[in-house]
Amino acid sequence: MKKPKKNIVWQGIPASPGIAIGKAYLLDREEITIKEEKLPPGQVQEEILRFKNSLQEAKKEIVKIKKNIVKKLGADQAKIFDAHLLILEDEVINRQVINEIKEEKKNAEFIYNRVIQKTIQVISSAKYEYLKERVADISAVSTRVINRLLGLKQHTIEPLKTPRVIVAHSLSPGDVVQMKKESVLGFAADLGGKTSHVALLAKSLGFPAVVGLKTLFSKVKSGENLILDGNRGEVILSPDQETLKNYEFKREKLLEKSRILLELAGLVAETKDKKKIELSANIELPSDVESALENGAEGIGLFRTEFLYLASSDLPDEEEQYQAYFSITQKIYPQRVIVRTFDIGGDKFARDQERDYEANPFLGWRAIRACLDLPDVFKTQLRAILKASPLGNLSLMLPMISGLDELLEAKKVLEEVKEELRAKKVGFDENLKVGIMIEIPSAALEADSLAKHCDFFSIGTNDLIQYTLAVDRTNEKIAHLYQSFHPSVLKLIKKTIDDGHKNNIWVGLCGEMAADPKATVLLVGLGIDELSASPLSIPQIKKIVRSIEFREAKDFAEEVMKLNDSKRIEKFLEEDYQRRFNQENSTKV
Amino acid sequence: MIEKKIEVVNRLGLHARPAALVVQKASKFKAEIRLIKDEYEVNAKSIMSVMMLAAEMGSFLTIKAWGEDESTAVEEIAKLFEEKFGEE
Repeated sequence: MKKPKKNIVWQGIPASPGIAIGKAYLLDREEITIKEEKLPPGQVQEEILRFKNSLQEAKKEIVKIKKNIVKKLGADQAKIFDAHLLILEDEVINRQVINEIKEEKKNAEFIYNRVIQKTIQVISSAKYEYLKERVADISAVSTRVINRLLGLKQHTIEPLKTPRVIVAHSLSPGDVVQMKKESVLGFAADLGGKTSHVALLAKSLGFPAVVGLKTLFSKVKSGENLILDGNRGEVILSPDQETLKNYEFKREKLLEKSRILLELAGLVAETKDKKKIELSANIELPSDVESALENGAEGIGLFRTEFLYLASSDLPDEEEQYQAYFSITQKIYPQRVIVRTFDIGGDKFARDQERDYEANPFLGWRAIRACLDLPDVFKTQLRAILKASPLGNLSLMLPMISGLDELLEAKKVLEEVKEELRAKKVGFDENLKVGIMIEIPSAALEADSLAKHCDFFSIGTNDLIQYTLAVDRTNEKIAHLYQSFHPSVLKLIKKTIDDGHKNNIWVGLCGEMAADPKATVLLVGLGIDELSASPLSIPQIKKIVRSIEFREAKDFAEEVMKLNDSKRIEKFLEEDYQRRFNQENSTKV
Repeated sequence: MIEKKIEVVNRLGLHARPAALVVQKASKFKAEIRLIKDEYEVNAKSIMSVMMLAAEMGSFLTIKAWGEDESTAVEEIAKLFEEKFGEE
């Protein structure tokens, strides 16, 4: 006999994060066979009554589950079951079933199943994704009714002595809400998608889950060891010792992280004296939105569109761009996403043109400069951005603005594109907000006049530092001169914030400095309105914001601004950070 | 019988939640109520039918009702649309 294979990896769709390690419990559903039967003469009325009774019984079950959920998770989560009740009591469907029973004189389960299957077919072919997801709800409801008609019991998960990982072909929201922490570690299902109710419920109940595994169910034996990785959407059958060890370690890490996140989740980033700081995330790909939300971001402060380009090695066309932008606005709704136009060297857009050698690419033909020279590229991107804006939660940001002329020119192009779209009756957000990156010293110095022509500023510290100090940040020989807290840099940041506020626009910061815990108190004290950082750094920054007083941070910032050498400033910030947070960290999160 | 033409003004259109609200509201009335979009006419008391209309923001619908409480029915359903289903 061959040795059994180890570590067989099944790739599915991550539905709910977390890692479950244990033995498989197969949620076995017999394939229901529905026979077509002619009713004996005179039985039609009775059959209709039987159908109506089964609807009543199914209704009782759903109402019971709903009450249970309201108690466990609150009324919001129970709304799913309101939808189930509406589906169950749909008068068009039910009247059709009754009429067809009368006409064809056939059994209720056959007719009902046929009507439902037809509806599902129509809905699955619809072009709207949300309708397709409702198919799972419709089949969950109809299974309930058919089980009643056939006198079968709705399958329940028996109480287990040691908790196991549920493996099923398909699961309904009803199945998930019955799962108890004492007997279920997590679950895997062949069917289902990321936004199905099953996935949403798993997340709110805290069960790791993988769905969309296609044919896993038929390949697992009851009691077989497996690892379920809800973050990566993987199931590993018969893991070997080493893999098990790795995953046990990973699971502990995740649990610890989620404990910290849980404490902060839902809490706003505001100081003790109620000054609110918007904490948002910098992302590269639409799929990063999940991680941003998980880590408590209140929006996307910077979507770097150049990654669309880098990922596909060719300039993405309008449709591709639109899809990416729109998917983010949907995922993050009602929060905001700020989309920054391409910020890469001009040679990347102009593949066919001769590439000019640039001695100083950082000071060269790039970002907004190249975009203004290549109206086709720029207009295509603006069109895609505008088309993706109807939800009203998208803002536009222009990189590398050096002065007013450039801003006005870019806005002129934007107006032209808007005019074209209006003429074609293409909808977009007429109130689309336009902001600029402040990352060139000239822009910071001219912030007062720039603020009169845009809706927000976002300070890009990475470039601002390198341009202010004339230090190439990729040159190791002068790395020691790249000083984030150089007094000149801090003065430019302060001026940008003050000038923005004088003109009633908000000012954010989206460079590395936003993720540096040593800088948080200073930035809050300088009056920053928004900090945008990589998702993983958000919880820590939030924790700091919540632990300080705005009044005190203001005094602190004033002290810092009096210092005039960057080494001292750095030391001052470092010591303050240690004093405030490190003792606290060891005793209390 | 009375009819009223309305525009779908909420951003997400007549997706699952608004559809459920329309059906819940419509089911409170005795009158027969229909929603009409282009050549499709559906029963406003049926969740599956209303969802299948797939009316997006900017599309126009006609609410048609007949029966004893037809005018309140049309008024109240139109109001749901006007108030954007409490979306914003």
